[in-house]
Amino acid sequence: MSALAAYTTSTGEAFQFWVLGTVAVIGALCTILMKKAVHSALCLAGTMIVLAVFYLANGAYFLGIVQIVVYTGAIMMLFLFVVMLVGVTAADSLKETIKGQRWWAAACGLGFGVLLFAGIGNAALTEFAGLGAANAAHGGNVEGLAALIFTKYVFAFEITGALLITASVGAMLLTHRERTERARTQRELAEQRVREGKHLPPLPAPGVYARHNAVDVPGLLPDGTPSELTVISTLRQRGQVRDVSGEALADLKALEQRSSERLGRDRDEARDGEEASR
Amino acid sequence: MNPVNYLYLAALLFTIGAVGVLIRRNAIVVFMCVELMLNACNLAFVTFSRMHGNLDGQIVAFFTMVVAAAEVVVGLAIIVSVFRSRHSASVDDAGLMKL
Amino acid sequence: MDNLIALLIAAPLLGAAVLLCGGRRLDKIGHWLGTLLAASSFVIGLVLFADMLGRSADDRAMYQHLFSWIPVGGFQADIAFQLDQLSMTFVLLITGVGTLIHVYSIGYMEHDERRRRFFGYLNLFVAAMLLLVLADNYLLLYFGWEGVGLASYLLIGFWQHKPSAATAAKKAFLVNRVGDIGLSIAIMLMFTTFGTFAFGPVLESAGETSEGKLTAIGLMLLLAACGKSAQVPLQSWLGDAMEGPTPVSALIHAATMVTAGVYLIVRSADIFNAAPDAQLVVTVVGAVTLLFGAIVGCAKDDIKKALAGSTMSQIGYMILAAGLGPIGYAFAIMHLVTHGFFKAGLFLGAGSVMHGMNDEVDMRKYGGLRKYMPVTFVTFGLGYLAIIGFPGLSGFFSKDKIIEAAFAKGGTEGWILGAVTLLGAAITAYYMTRVMLMTFFGEKRWQPDAEGREPHPHESPKSMTIPMVLLAFGSVFAGGVFGIGDRFVTWLEPVTAFEHGHPPISAGAITSATVAVMVIGVGIAYLQYGRRPVPVVAPRGSLLTRAARRDLLQDDFNHAVFVTGGTHLTRSLVYVDHSLVDGVVNGTAAGVGGLSGRLRKLQNGYVRSYAVSMFGGTAVLIAATLLMRAV
Repeated sequence: MSALAAYTTSTGEAFQFWVLGTVAVIGALCTILMKKAVHSALCLAGTMIVLAVFYLANGAYFLGIVQIVVYTGAIMMLFLFVVMLVGVTAADSLKETIKGQRWWAAACGLGFGVLLFAGIGNAALTEFAGLGAANAAHGGNVEGLAALIFTKYVFAFEITGALLITASVGAMLLTHRERTERARTQRELAEQRVREGKHLPPLPAPGVYARHNAVDVPGLLPDGTPSELTVISTLRQRGQVRDVSGEALADLKALEQRSSERLGRDRDEARDGEEASR
Repeated sequence: MNPVNYLYLAALLFTIGAVGVLIRRNAIVVFMCVELMLNACNLAFVTFSRMHGNLDGQIVAFFTMVVAAAEVVVGLAIIVSVFRSRHSASVDDAGLMKL
Repeated sequence: MDNLIALLIAAPLLGAAVLLCGGRRLDKIGHWLGTLLAASSFVIGLVLFADMLGRSADDRAMYQHLFSWIPVGGFQADIAFQLDQLSMTFVLLITGVGTLIHVYSIGYMEHDERRRRFFGYLNLFVAAMLLLVLADNYLLLYFGWEGVGLASYLLIGFWQHKPSAATAAKKAFLVNRVGDIGLSIAIMLMFTTFGTFAFGPVLESAGETSEGKLTAIGLMLLLAACGKSAQVPLQSWLGDAMEGPTPVSALIHAATMVTAGVYLIVRSADIFNAAPDAQLVVTVVGAVTLLFGAIVGCAKDDIKKALAGSTMSQIGYMILAAGLGPIGYAFAIMHLVTHGFFKAGLFLGAGSVMHGMNDEVDMRKYGGLRKYMPVTFVTFGLGYLAIIGFPGLSGFFSKDKIIEAAFAKGGTEGWILGAVTLLGAAITAYYMTRVMLMTFFGEKRWQPDAEGREPHPHESPKSMTIPMVLLAFGSVFAGGVFGIGDRFVTWLEPVTAFEHGHPPISAGAITSATVAVMVIGVGIAYLQYGRRPVPVVAPRGSLLTRAARRDLLQDDFNHAVFVTGGTHLTRSLVYVDHSLVDGVVNGTAAGVGGLSGRLRKLQNGYVRSYAVSMFGGTAVLIAATLLMRAV
């Protein structure tokens, strides 16, 4: 604890900083550079865990634990949940569409960073009081925070409570859909299909291949092209339809080739046969 | 090592988060970048707390977390409802207000 | 008794309202109604006059407060009347002569199908003029002043189907507006200087105010007087105003309108007394107009226009006298009254001549009319003798006093003004004799008019001759009644302080000189127009004659200076407005538009672009903070 009051840290903490700091920066960079949202989320979670360690190293024991439990545990799970809802496999294109946006972003980011660094460098930040005395005053970090929250910051604390309630109610309102009419029965749906005169039978099932769970693989029409009708609409909207028509044709071709080799047919005959089949 | 390095790290992470907000189109990733910026600030607060030898900085960081949680809840709800109606989570597609 | 004052105005005003709103069902009795109401106003005036005579000289002013007109904080305007000796004189002149002109018009306008409307306008004219002279503050006076302008516009342009009449009416109205601006500015100056515009407070405190302000107010009042009284430089409307029916000319020239300017100056005597510079300008304007009108009168062949020039000249005498200060005010008003009689008589006589000559106005086509129109000849002749100042007749008394007062001004100014008035008297005698000789003497020069009708000169009906006879009585005796024993001066003295002028030469010598120049003028005219036959077509004449026929180039001057100058000024202003003002405005608009077009591209609808701006802004803020710390 006494080390926390010093102007310099212990060697151990310095080592920890440089190693974990590098990890945190890499994690942050990966967060903004990964194509898939789920990868970004995982990288961010890594960075946050590193930050939790840094909180602990800085004497903020309560915050370090809360960082892991609330941020990494709850908030990041919420993120992943939404990523799943929106489509876990959808990969974003990193190609910029707004002219000059990337250059401007780089220039502003660079300028901002340099200025921030210059500001920190300019400030007289050599005196570090350390948290030893503050933590010990009420018998520990958690007790010290509790004393502050329930005395000096009690109003802010109450208001954040109100904010959280409002936020949760707001989230429910935003995502909840009111059903304004009675759900239609199967009979009514069938009658509607008959009336509209299309797809009288149920929609065709997706194509079935042993390699996949097949829900995202469209069935093939007689000419070998995939039919989007066979895939459920959610996947279609996400653009997660796996097109296997090319694969299937290639497989067929390979099969034919292998069989012709095995049967020892002449190449010309094979070619003739191909032409004849066309 | 001088603990001021934590501040440099916080500044670096904040800048990375900000640039991420600017270059990513996926609303969820943009949100993650905002979270990254908030976390960078928290790190700075904690470091300042250590510097001044009192716990007020940690209190502020604590409140920041609470606010961030509320923000994430509402923001993700908005993303979900936008995705439901427009079938896209890209921030560039939300341009109805433009002429 | 005081409460009768409002009735003076109410009677003709009622007549105007009834006649103008009553419609055709009043066509049969309209002229009688109008005349009756004007006459009733005259009777009320006589009653008030009798009452006034019964009081002591210092207690003769009467007041009547009707109601508060515009009460706004420190701005208090009342509808209130003041009837003192000066107003009384005008009231009797306006209603008396006005009534006679009403009677005359019954005959003169007999064949005009819009006679009812004509009488409505006449009543309106009388009412407005009465309001002007009875008002107890300058704002109400201004109201009457504008009313007179409106009524004169309506009457001059009464035969509006003639383009010349419509134009003349417009011209009179416009020129009068120039003068009206002067009056309104004068009233504003009074309000800022004295905090009020009631006659009493303004005139009482006039002596305690700085001379510069009083001079400004005086000059503005003079401008107003120039407009209404047709003084140089605002004289140009008077000649054209002859386009109106002849009774209107008589009314304008004798009883109303042109006398308003003299009234205004005499009423504001205290202001002018304290501003000698303004007084000097008044005398100069009067002197210039006096000669101007007289010269124009010599050259005109149109009988009405010759008389119009004469009016301008006589009003010039009055203005000159009013500019002389306390030694002249009373004589100005006295000349105004006597002039009212003989000029009304002359105009009515001219109307009578025209009535008998198929509305011919060119004197060169008259001649020898004395046998055909004896009554007109006699009354016109008496008016003629009065105006040239024949000893014993009214013009002699009033004009002689003005000439004396002009000499009494003293110093070089006195000599110059005296000489001018004497010269004017000579020219007056000349042009009036010319009119007389060309109209009533010599051989007949009648010609058929444009429609080929041969004129059959005849005496006018009784309704026209009786007013002429009554006015002739006035022309003969008014001067004696007023002048002998200084009766008129004593009557007016409580209102306009009077001082006896002391001319450098004896009064008898001046009177002799006046009579002498009058005889000379008559003699020259007799040599030119009595001994020799008058050519039917006017000879080319000298340069001065030709200029005088064109009203001494007044319209050419106005056209060159104001119309052309105004056009050029407007054109250049429009050019500046188009190129500079609009250029700046349009340029700014185009610049902003162009800039906006470029700035609009920043609004591309992408939230990330906006985020870049925010981020960049934050960076700039940090930079600014650091810079400020570094400094």
